[in-house]
Parts: sequence; structure tokens; C-alpha cells
Amino acid sequence: MRRSSTRDFIVGLFVLAGLAAVAYLSLGVGGVSYSGPKGLLLVAKFDEIGGLKKRAPVVISGVKVGEIADIALADDYRAKVTLTLDPKLKLPVDTTASIVTAGVLGDRYVSLQPGGDDHLLAPGDQIEFVESAVILERMLGKLIHNTDVGGSKDNPSAKEKATAE
Amino acid sequence: MVTPVHDLGAASVRFVEELGRLARFGANIAAAMLRPPLRIGRFVDELFKLGVLSLIIICLCGIAVGAVIGLQGYNTLIRFGAANSLGAVVGLSLIRELGPVLTALLVTGRAGSATTAEIGTMVVTEQLDGLRMMSVDPVHYVVTPKALAMIAVMPLLSTLFTLFGIFGGYVIGVRIMGLDAGTYMTSLEDAVDFENDVAGSLLKALVFGILVGLIATYRGYTTAPTSAGVAAATTSTVVIASVCILVFDYFITALWGV
Repeated sequence: MRRSSTRDFIVGLFVLAGLAAVAYLSLGVGGVSYSGPKGLLLVAKFDEIGGLKKRAPVVISGVKVGEIADIALADDYRAKVTLTLDPKLKLPVDTTASIVTAGVLGDRYVSLQPGGDDHLLAPGDQIEFVESAVILERMLGKLIHNTDVGGSKDNPSAKEKATAE
Repeated sequence: MVTPVHDLGAASVRFVEELGRLARFGANIAAAMLRPPLRIGRFVDELFKLGVLSLIIICLCGIAVGAVIGLQGYNTLIRFGAANSLGAVVGLSLIRELGPVLTALLVTGRAGSATTAEIGTMVVTEQLDGLRMMSVDPVHYVVTPKALAMIAVMPLLSTLFTLFGIFGGYVIGVRIMGLDAGTYMTSLEDAVDFENDVAGSLLKALVFGILVGLIATYRGYTTAPTSAGVAAATTSTVVIASVCILVFDYFITALWGV
């Protein structure tokens, strides 16, 4: 079969374009190398993380400064969450980490509120002040339970009204 | 009462025999792949025919599919006030599902049928016998480059389809519906994970490439040497490959959760 250098060149371009697309999808969109070991690693233990997932964002005042690197169960049966943050951040030791929800039913993420202490958190340190996730279902359950109790109190008065009429 | 059972048994035996022949054909291709001389020139020719010539249809369909997901997704998400997640919806559905599957179906129709017809015509016109007479193994010279090119081309085309789809969704969501460009891309980048989504997408495309490559060349190679035989072989390539793609897609998703 006759060889044509133009055709070889076009095939080369096609393969390069395909590989570039794979690379972009892996690195740009898939975020393969984002959570490398270069970031500032901090640990926080929560009683309840709700639906927090790996790679969820970590924010300070709403600005993204890192993401969740790992979630594991600690020896004391609490959730041990590893955060990887921008290494340039200087966080005081009395920083508070809280798990919050975007909107009412949105995704969970971690919000940090820096404190005022002079001592800074070193890589690998544990954040002592934490606020666990609020589970909407449990709150609703409590709310319904409470109104149920209130309802049973109301019932007699309703009966009284009925008898009065 | 006995005849239908008899027929069922005969059909089952034929099916298993056919599977066995397909597996042996696949093994032949794998053996021919390693045997020198390497047919690099033939392989590049097939890359051009299967890959470059499929590029336009893949890009066009990618944009159209991405745009329609963007439109449907936007109209659905806006009801829940979640239009900001449009990037995640478009990206995940394209990367995990539509990119590999639709690309495989399009390539089956565009290139798989052509591969079968080409090999089938060679069978009818006794060109393969001509090769054998010159002691050139037709599996080595004709079949293997086509099958390998199909396997190599599928992940590349699938990824390009996905990227063009994401672009199509971007045009609809950002340019026409007025979402924020940064929100679209951030929601896409936050939702997509390399191990679960992108690697799964490439795995699917690779498996589909193997399926289409094997089925198209096998059906061509076993064409009945008549003109009706070529027509039947081409039809059955498209039908069998399409069904296999969709069935295997379910099993890959179920087994690996991609």
C-alpha cells in the first residue's frame, strides 16, 4: 500500500488531540494531582460528619482554601477527617472547624473559623474545636416529637371546647 | 413437544460453538499482534480510516448531545433551584455513560460496518485466498491492524466526544441560559473524580473498542461468500455490536460502579 506522509501527519495530529483530551479530562476536570502531599495537612475529629465526602471543599469565609483528603474512623469511634489546605495558610491553634451544608439539602463542606491565638497549627496537627454536622432528619424527628407532646396537651382543651359547645 | 426443546438445544449448541470460534479468532489476533513483522503502516492506515474519518461525526454528535443535556438539565434543575449544578450533571452523565456508549454506537455504525463490509468483500472476491496463496496470513495482514486500530481509537474518540459534549453544555448553560461560566466549570470539576469517573470512562471505551473490533472483523472474516452474505454480515455486525455494547455497559457499571 502506498505510504503518504500527509496521512501519517494527520493520524499523528489525531492521536495527539485524543491524548490531549484524555490528559485534560484526567488532570483538569478529574483533578488527579490536586490533593498532593504538598498541601498543609490537618486533622479534625467529628462526632458526626453527615454526608461529608472526600474532595469536598474546605472554606474560610466562603473562600475555598483546600479539600478533604481522607475520612476514616478513629480509635475512639469518632470520624477522623484529614484536610489538605493551601500551604501558605497560617491558622491559629484555636481555629474552629465546622461541617456545614450548602443550602438546605446541598452538599456538605467544612468551614474554618480562624481564632485569635498567637500559636499556629503545624502540619499534621489536630484541630481541637469542632462543630459536627447537623442532621436535618434528626432535628425534624425531634421537632415532630415535641409538637406531638404539645398536641396531646392541646387535645384535652379541644375536647373541652367540644363538650362546652 | 419434543421438537421445540430439540430446536432450543441445537440453537444453544450453535451459540456456544459460535462463541468458541469468536474466542479462537480473538486468540489468533492476539497471537498475530506479537508475531513479526509488525504491520505499522497498515495500522496507521486503519487509524486514519477508523479514527480521523470518524472525527467529524463524533465532534458534531458530542456537541449536540451536550447541548441537549444542558437544555434538559437546565429546565429540570431550575425547578429545584439547583441550576448551578448543571456542570456536574452534564459532565458526569457524559463522562460516565453517554460519552463511551454513544461513541461506541456511532463508531459501530460509521466504521464497524465498513470494516465488516471491506473484509466481507475480500472474502467474496477471494482476495483473502489470494493472500493465503502468497503465504501471507490474512489475519495478520488484514484483520489484526483493523481490530487493533479499533481498540486504540475508541478511548480517544470517546474522550473527544465527552469534551465536545461538555463544550456543548457550556454553550447552552452559560451563553444562552446565562449561568456563570465559573460556576459551570467549578461544579463540573468538583463533581468529577479521576479514579471513579474518568478512569471508568476510559475502561468502558477500551472494552467497547475490543468488542466492536472483534465482532466487526469476525463477522467480516466469516462472511458467506455471496453478495447477500456481505449484507447479512454487515447488518449482524451493527446489531450484535450495539446489543453487546449496551449489555456490557450495564455489567461494567454494576461491577465497577462507574
